[in-house]
Amino acid sequence: MHTLIQALQFIGHNGALPSDPAAPTLVHLTLQMLAISAAGIAISLVVGLPLGLWLGHLHRFSFLAINVSNIGRALPSLAVLAIGDAILGLGLTVTEVALVILAAPIAMTNAYVGIAGVDPEIVDAARGMGMGGWRILWQVELPLAIPLVFAGLRTAAVYVIATATIASLAGYNGGLGYIISDEQSYHQSGVLGASICVAALALLVEGLLALLQRALTPRGVRLERDVDDEGIEAILPVTIGG
Amino acid sequence: MIGIAASLPVIPTFGGAPSSYACERANRLFCSGWISQNWSTVLWPALRQHVLLSLVAVAIGFAISFVLALLAYRWHRLERPVILVSGILYTLPSLALFEILVTVKPLGLSARTAEVALVSYTLLILFRNIVTGLRAVPDDVKEAARGMGMTERQCLWRVEIPLALPSIIAGLRIATVTVIALATVAAYICDEGLGVPIFAAIQDGVFKTELIAAGGLAVVLAIVADGLLVLVQRALTPWARGRRLGAAR
Amino acid sequence: MPVPHTARSEGSSGFAPAAPLELRSVTKRYPGQAVPAIAELSLEVPAGEVCVLVGPSGSGKTTAMRLINRMIELSSGDILLGGRSVLQRRPDELRREIGYVIQQIGLFPHHTVGENVATVPRLLGWERARIAHRVDELLELVGLDPQEMRGRYPAQLSGGQQQRVGVARALAADPPLMLMDEPFGAIDPINRERLQDEFLRLQATVRKTIVFVTHDIDEAIKMGDRIAILREGGVLAQYAAPAELLSRPADDFVAQFVGADRGLKRLTLATLADVELIEPNGLSPSARRVPLRTTVRDALSMILTAGGSPLTVVDDQGQVTGLVTLELVGGLLGKDGALAEPDGPAGGGGDGGA
Repeated sequence: MHTLIQALQFIGHNGALPSDPAAPTLVHLTLQMLAISAAGIAISLVVGLPLGLWLGHLHRFSFLAINVSNIGRALPSLAVLAIGDAILGLGLTVTEVALVILAAPIAMTNAYVGIAGVDPEIVDAARGMGMGGWRILWQVELPLAIPLVFAGLRTAAVYVIATATIASLAGYNGGLGYIISDEQSYHQSGVLGASICVAALALLVEGLLALLQRALTPRGVRLERDVDDEGIEAILPVTIGG
Repeated sequence: MIGIAASLPVIPTFGGAPSSYACERANRLFCSGWISQNWSTVLWPALRQHVLLSLVAVAIGFAISFVLALLAYRWHRLERPVILVSGILYTLPSLALFEILVTVKPLGLSARTAEVALVSYTLLILFRNIVTGLRAVPDDVKEAARGMGMTERQCLWRVEIPLALPSIIAGLRIATVTVIALATVAAYICDEGLGVPIFAAIQDGVFKTELIAAGGLAVVLAIVADGLLVLVQRALTPWARGRRLGAAR
Repeated sequence: MPVPHTARSEGSSGFAPAAPLELRSVTKRYPGQAVPAIAELSLEVPAGEVCVLVGPSGSGKTTAMRLINRMIELSSGDILLGGRSVLQRRPDELRREIGYVIQQIGLFPHHTVGENVATVPRLLGWERARIAHRVDELLELVGLDPQEMRGRYPAQLSGGQQQRVGVARALAADPPLMLMDEPFGAIDPINRERLQDEFLRLQATVRKTIVFVTHDIDEAIKMGDRIAILREGGVLAQYAAPAELLSRPADDFVAQFVGADRGLKRLTLATLADVELIEPNGLSPSARRVPLRTTVRDALSMILTAGGSPLTVVDDQGQVTGLVTLELVGGLLGKDGALAEPDGPAGGGGDGGA
């Protein structure tokens, strides 16, 4: 309890460290973290989404598309970050690359399963009406796949934030992980404070993306789905793949 | 704009076997000899601990999720709150959750804290998959079961749960792999698991060999666990296999 | 009432006797609905007979059937099986003594054929050897080879085979009553006819009391010893044997439901063996020969196809037994015809036919 109050005070003081006036503030670190995460998420999406959408539309390479994220899930993010830093040196680029390697498969697999899982009869009907491949993907498959695609996006985003936090343990000094990894200087209260911030940040991002998803989901699709599908669906489709 | 400090992070040490960094410092390559030398002192104990850590987490997580799932299957209204809570737990970044839990009084820097956190990560996926699996049982099968005189409990245990097994085991696979990967971070707050050599390696100016060995072991462990669960599924669901063998005429 | 788990299993002659069924003023009212789904339905099914419930959709025929085994609970009234009220038993126990066959069959995908059939005996606690024997016996009864089929999974069976397993499963514990809800509805027409014939043969052997639901009047006429026609709200329009139903429909609704071709339908109820044939002297017989077991309706169809020429009727050995002509068939349903109803007023209601 005592620690909690101290942690909240820590947050209130913007992470000021009496022993080191030049230490970065909480706000600065949080923004840094957001920046890193945003970049990581963006690149992951750019890499993973189009590939997943396209492969899903073609219904090709399903084994690869589904299992690449199984492998990705098995990689301990800590080890990946550390190896990246070791082999290629410390740096922002390396960290970002590691983030993308870990998060892109999630986005890709969910996009794949979302698109490939669209009822084939609907696609058939669209083709029968004379719609070309590209138009089918854009106007038919994608809107129907939004829940799953977004689930992938949300999971990837949260995963990037979590990994960015761990990045400090592997040698990269930035973001809120900077505080968490330095208990000697910041003491338990500081670490707890930073942890609370990270947790809040993750929940905030997840919540915002959930709202965005609801806004983008076509009304017909939204009506169809059960109430309980609001959760993180990223996991489910990959499972049934066997 | 984003300053990259070249200094090494300050990570509390927990002891653990010293790693001989010397060979790598000498020739900057991967030292395969180190692995065989330090297997029994560093890697094997860490692996054992890791297996235990993961196993306990998945087992407890499964027990909790199973009970919750059966309740939610019966009382639909429970589903939303459970998904909400477990979803929040799942969203919390692992390191943050570990640190938050450490400050909770009965817990602390211990394996138990790590277990609590790891268990909370399994809840969402296991709960959803069990419920989804149960819901996917075809209505006519349930109708026939009740119509023949099975009690609700008999129908649940003899028909619905067996038919939900593929979905349940799929959830177990994902939960297991996730936990095994996450448990590496657990070493930050407790001195156990494959995270210990990983952290030690990072501290040592990044001792690549130890890092790759420990990290690689974690990946191998995850793949083996996944494979084992696939075998378990094959063994428990012979009827799904039948579809591949005999053709429906 | 015979207790099923004492049924002997030394062959089809060892089937336990069937029980009579009675519905007394059965009513089912769903909350929030003004009109009851079933209103004061009463009928009796003698032991060993097939009672078919037919009617348009919304007539509550499936609801009525499911009231019997308490898959749906009664609002008021009573149902007596073998003289004992179904409300006196626990629903689970009651259902173990009633065979239940549904349209989608509902075989357990995770059990083999043998295990599926053994379901109720297992629930009743029979010994393993007895169950195994019974499973083989029943598979043979429904026309499946036990050796081949016992270990198969439902996914490996065709639709017709699955339906047979479903019937075997319902018969496994030798129940005194069977409920069948459009059991052949999901089968293609060709196999459906075959299954219907086989089922009739089966029933001739085991003689269960059966309540059979269908929306197809032709199936009802073929399968039923008695037919209950229900109109909307589960109201009984007429309950009679097929012949009576076809010759004396109770009102316009029944007449319409039975169809304007009910005269022809009546002809399906008799074969050439039931008819007095014409001696084959002098008349030039058509080359066409038909067996005695041909239904009169099929014979009429063949006569028409042949342009009105008579047919030669032969018995199983190929011996000529007589001729059947258009005039002969034409007079069968009339007032003094061979197939007219013996009692009751001549001529039916409704469209003034028959």
